[in-house]
Amino acid sequence: MTPPSPGPAIRTVDLRKTYSSPRGDVHAVRGVDLEVAPGEFFGLLGPNGAGKSTTIGMLTTLVVPTGGTAEVCGFDVVRRPVEVKRRIGMVSQNNTLDNDLSAFENLEFRGRYFGLSARDARRRADQLLEMFNLTDRRKGKPLEMSGGQAKRLMICRALVHRPEVLFLDEPTAGLDPQTRVNLWEVLRGLQREGQTILLTTHYMEEAEALCDRVAVVDHGEVLAEGTVAGLTETAGADTVITVVYDGPVPDTVRTLRDRDGVGKVEVNGEQVRVFAHSPDGLLGELVAAGSAAGVGVTDASQLRPSLETVFLTLTGREYRE
Amino acid sequence: MSAVSPTDTAALAAPPARPTLARTFWAMMAREVRVMRKNFVSTFTRVIAQPLLFVFVFAYVLPKIGTGGAMFAQQGSGPTFSTILVPGMVASSIVMQGIMAAIFPLMMELTWQRSITDRALAPVPVPLLGVQKIIAAATQAFVAGLLVFPAVLFIHAEGQGPSVHIDDWPLFLLMMVTGSLLSGAGGLLLGTLIDPQKSQVLFTIVLLPMTMLGCVYYPWAAMDGIRWLQIATLANPMVYLSEGLRAALTPQVEHMPFWAYGSVLVLGTAVVIWWATRTFTKRVLT
Ligand SMILES: Nc1ncnc2c1ncn2[C@@H]1O[C@H](COP(=O)(O)OP(=O)(O)OP(=O)(O)O)[C@@H](O)[C@H]1O
Ligand SMILES: [Mg+2]
Repeated sequence: MTPPSPGPAIRTVDLRKTYSSPRGDVHAVRGVDLEVAPGEFFGLLGPNGAGKSTTIGMLTTLVVPTGGTAEVCGFDVVRRPVEVKRRIGMVSQNNTLDNDLSAFENLEFRGRYFGLSARDARRRADQLLEMFNLTDRRKGKPLEMSGGQAKRLMICRALVHRPEVLFLDEPTAGLDPQTRVNLWEVLRGLQREGQTILLTTHYMEEAEALCDRVAVVDHGEVLAEGTVAGLTETAGADTVITVVYDGPVPDTVRTLRDRDGVGKVEVNGEQVRVFAHSPDGLLGELVAAGSAAGVGVTDASQLRPSLETVFLTLTGREYRE
Repeated sequence: MSAVSPTDTAALAAPPARPTLARTFWAMMAREVRVMRKNFVSTFTRVIAQPLLFVFVFAYVLPKIGTGGAMFAQQGSGPTFSTILVPGMVASSIVMQGIMAAIFPLMMELTWQRSITDRALAPVPVPLLGVQKIIAAATQAFVAGLLVFPAVLFIHAEGQGPSVHIDDWPLFLLMMVTGSLLSGAGGLLLGTLIDPQKSQVLFTIVLLPMTMLGCVYYPWAAMDGIRWLQIATLANPMVYLSEGLRAALTPQVEHMPFWAYGSVLVLGTAVVIWWATRTFTKRVLT
């Protein structure tokens, strides 16, 4: 293994990617600045199309940036891609296993691509298969594996050469809850060993459960960045109360805006959303306001400060991916 | 995965890895060999079926029923049809198999979930991965070319045996190697330029005319009665390979001069390899 490089494990400066297609340009990433320290577990959190995979693609040298710079372990991803590839492992969002090879051979050859002798590569492959409970799928073809098995095999593949930085693009998407929790355990174990990890996810609770720091991204931009606790304390200090009426939102609701402890009131058709520092009693008042105006309540929810409310506060959009 | 966590075992126990470009390159070639070994029956069938069938029809059936190529032989002292056929068959096997060996894997790797990512993340520059694919396809093409010899030497009607003798080994090897590389690179080029989903078109508008008009069944000089066609076929790379192999294997049959086929093959191979690695890199990196 190469000695740990000084400086950040990942650094991007004004990183940009614009895809040009016949139907016009898509600005997938528009000026992202990130810094991830060695040993850190960093999360990129954002909805579909936010630019997470594109960012990971650029950091893993597979997507060519159209602006800005990115360095992994001190090496520029465009000018020194081979040095970068030596030091990283990636679990892509899709199944990118080598379909011509068995599960075991996928790991064996990954080891050999990274300079292991054939014998060491086979030993390493067996060791990883056992650790991830895939020994009985040893001879299986990647196409014959379940989604969860394929994901686990891709994680094994990313670990074969003991990368300095591990990239995981939505590693738990499509996994059943039990497998997901198991995978979290594995990732925590890796982090305890000092593995630097960059993970993307749609799931708020995943970022909260795993990441030291997160960046909330949408439309190719970082909306907020910090520790999970820090973010929920600053950007998302609000509790978010959402009420959906079965008729137009009563006008009296708008006056809540002037109340102490209430940040914002957003009315959207039959739905009202109140962002408040001190939410006590607000939900009851919203329901009462409805009855007074002769409309019923079809749905009501109160979200305590969390990454989810951070997202709502930052984007004004529901986070339901 | 159960409760196993990778603490202590997984990562730390990894043996030291020292990737170099050469090691990674050879590991990728080893992968090709492994895949070929797994698909041995289907690969071998694909490689051998074409020469076997052609030789059977042209060197056995047609002479037996006294038509077609047999007419060459009936002109007295002229070479038997199988003699004319051997270099052409070798060329056509090399070109067909080289192109197919390069294109078939790409259809999976560039579309189906982009499994090329598996190798694109290996520690080599992406153009070198393209070169590796060309060499792997060229190796298959080379073997396919060699397999034609046992086929034609054993399958023919009585008195119709080819008179083939490798007079000029360096020339023969030069033709086999450049021809194989050219077809492997051509396959990679076509496979990365054409949308893989439309690759059937490739067979009808590229491979078929290339073989039919590749001077496989007659020497290029024999077309001088159809001047326009003779000139048009100069755009077909297979013509130069057929003629070059004719010069190496059956010098008694008319063939082009070395400066013509030699320069086209050598320069063409260099240009197509360069071009194909570029288009490949563009397809792999987005
Ligand atoms: N190869 C491509 N060509 C053109 N546009 C692309 C390409 N890849 C991604 N895009 C566009 O770039 C934007 C960002 O996509 P990206 O895959 O990075 O998002 P994401 O955050 O990973 O989304 P998801 O959560 O759905 O995986 C999207 O609008 C997408 O349509
Ligand atoms: Mg994605």
